[in-house]
Amino acid sequence: MAGSEAPIIRIRDLETRFGDQVVHRGLNLDVWRREALGVVGGSGSGKTTLLRAMIMLLRPFGGSVQLFGQDIAAMPPSEAYYLRQRLGVTFQRGALFSALTVAENVAMPLHEHSGLGRRLIGELARLKIALVGLASDAAAKYPPELSGGMLKRAAVARALALDPELLFLDEPTAGLDPVSANALDELIVRLKQALGLTVVLVTHDLDSLARVTDRIAFLGAGGVLGTGSLDELAAQGDPTMDAYFNGPRGRAARSV
Amino acid sequence: MRSEEGAGHRPPGLIARSDGFRLRGRWTLEHMGELEQYMGSLSWSAAGPLTLDASELEALDTSGALVLNRLRSQLEGKGLEVRLKGLGPDRRTIYELVRDHVHAVEAAPRARRLSVLARLGRWAWSHVAEAYALICFVGESAVALLRSAVRPARIRWRALLSTVETAGVDAVPIIGMLSFLMGVVIAYQGGLQLERYGANIFIVELVSLTMIRELAPLLTAIIVAGRTGSAFTAEIGTMKITEEVDALRTLGIDPMELLVLPKALGLLVALPLLSVFADVMGLLGGMVMAQFMLGVGFGEFVDRLPDAISLTSFILGVGKAPVFAAIIALVGCYRGFRAGGSADDVGRQTTASVVQAIFLVIVFDALFSVLFGGMGI
Repeated sequence: MAGSEAPIIRIRDLETRFGDQVVHRGLNLDVWRREALGVVGGSGSGKTTLLRAMIMLLRPFGGSVQLFGQDIAAMPPSEAYYLRQRLGVTFQRGALFSALTVAENVAMPLHEHSGLGRRLIGELARLKIALVGLASDAAAKYPPELSGGMLKRAAVARALALDPELLFLDEPTAGLDPVSANALDELIVRLKQALGLTVVLVTHDLDSLARVTDRIAFLGAGGVLGTGSLDELAAQGDPTMDAYFNGPRGRAARSV
Repeated sequence: MRSEEGAGHRPPGLIARSDGFRLRGRWTLEHMGELEQYMGSLSWSAAGPLTLDASELEALDTSGALVLNRLRSQLEGKGLEVRLKGLGPDRRTIYELVRDHVHAVEAAPRARRLSVLARLGRWAWSHVAEAYALICFVGESAVALLRSAVRPARIRWRALLSTVETAGVDAVPIIGMLSFLMGVVIAYQGGLQLERYGANIFIVELVSLTMIRELAPLLTAIIVAGRTGSAFTAEIGTMKITEEVDALRTLGIDPMELLVLPKALGLLVALPLLSVFADVMGLLGGMVMAQFMLGVGFGEFVDRLPDAISLTSFILGVGKAPVFAAIIALVGCYRGFRAGGSADDVGRQTTASVVQAIFLVIVFDALFSVLFGGMGI
């Protein structure tokens, strides 16, 4: 990765816990500009918790999380407000506002933050909807009327509304059929290249990992067990990672 | 790409030159407002090929690329030949990505507004359809009730008792307090008039008749509609949008049997009991007021009560409660099943449930008054 440049996300000695239950202890992770980092790990290894700590939804118990070189724990709310506009997030179940149409969902952050005229906002919203590969008639639909794959695309469109530099995706392909999942993987790769995004992808989908990510961080035992490409992690010989990557599904994904 | 606000940040702009325009500054979302105004006042009169020079551009995101695309097609629309130069590879990718999708930004034509007559028709028809659906629902509930009557083992006693607890027992304090206060208010307002004629003792008739025959059942029904009818709607509505109702159907469990009947039967038990309790508390309120204001003692009050109010009146009052209970439970559950799609629809249906239940309760109360009046009781 970029050797001299500072990482876009730098996590040091992160500790998170729910009550007495410790999720992470001493977790270190760097994410570099313009890379796609996959975050994987077994169930309960704290993937989503780590994601929530990175997007400022969860205050860490200890340690530091830096976004764009700024420590988010020490940040005054006014700065956090601007920082959030540089992040795009899609949630596991889409979390589109069900009372708004897809176009209104995408336009909402623009109305809130950009101060542009209605016409340009409408155009930008429809542009984003087209960019994620949704047909133009989807713009006027309400989220409950969309299929699973369309919902995920619409969520990506909303996450991209403010042209964020950092895109966080939580299980984007979960629950999708293979065709939709492939199409979504390709979409993420294409948008990442075209828009110069840095992508953090939490997933269980080994095919997505192989296709989308440049680097994978494997979580376990409260920290990062290893980072590297799919093949590098599979070859490390750690029993947890071995079971994850060298099972029948892992082998099939790596042979692609 | 957007990056940190650099020290050398310049607002976005277009500089006119002899052979075209020079783009400069940051063409990004946070500056698009300024740029858009700028574009409005743009003019270019010369003919011949024109160059857009992007080599001094500091940043470009999709919104900037959209405006650039718009500028280009605006100029090309005037029959000019436009060349774009100086975009680096990264910015060119964004520009081309946006160009390939720019056809989609045109707003879809708005649906034509309907005429007043058509809207009136739709509005009226939706109410007819609504009434029809409610009647169907009542019918379905009746069928489910008959099925359970044939096989009483199928009744969900646990759910029924839990309804009696949440709708009945838990409502005792609020209903007790409000009907006590209602008794106080009636005794006070009526007492002022009675005192003027020296007819203090008739306070017993006044309080007992108004409370027992009319107000206690009505007040109880209204409170329960607000407390419990809304809860029924919200519960079933949420289950409906999370597909739990469908899950029940696929498991071979009739939602009417599991969700509606225990609620309706539970409320049929709870509401008459609450009404009787409201009667007692209302009379108590009246008695307290009669004692302090009119000098009618507790003993005197209770002595006169059997003469003041007949058993028929009491039965008619309490007898309305099961009807109100059925209205509240059925409207509440029906509204829950009508919820579809979104979270705010559950809210809408809950509001509608309370309004409709109270409306129907009062309409039926009026019907009972007319009916009993006609029968001379």
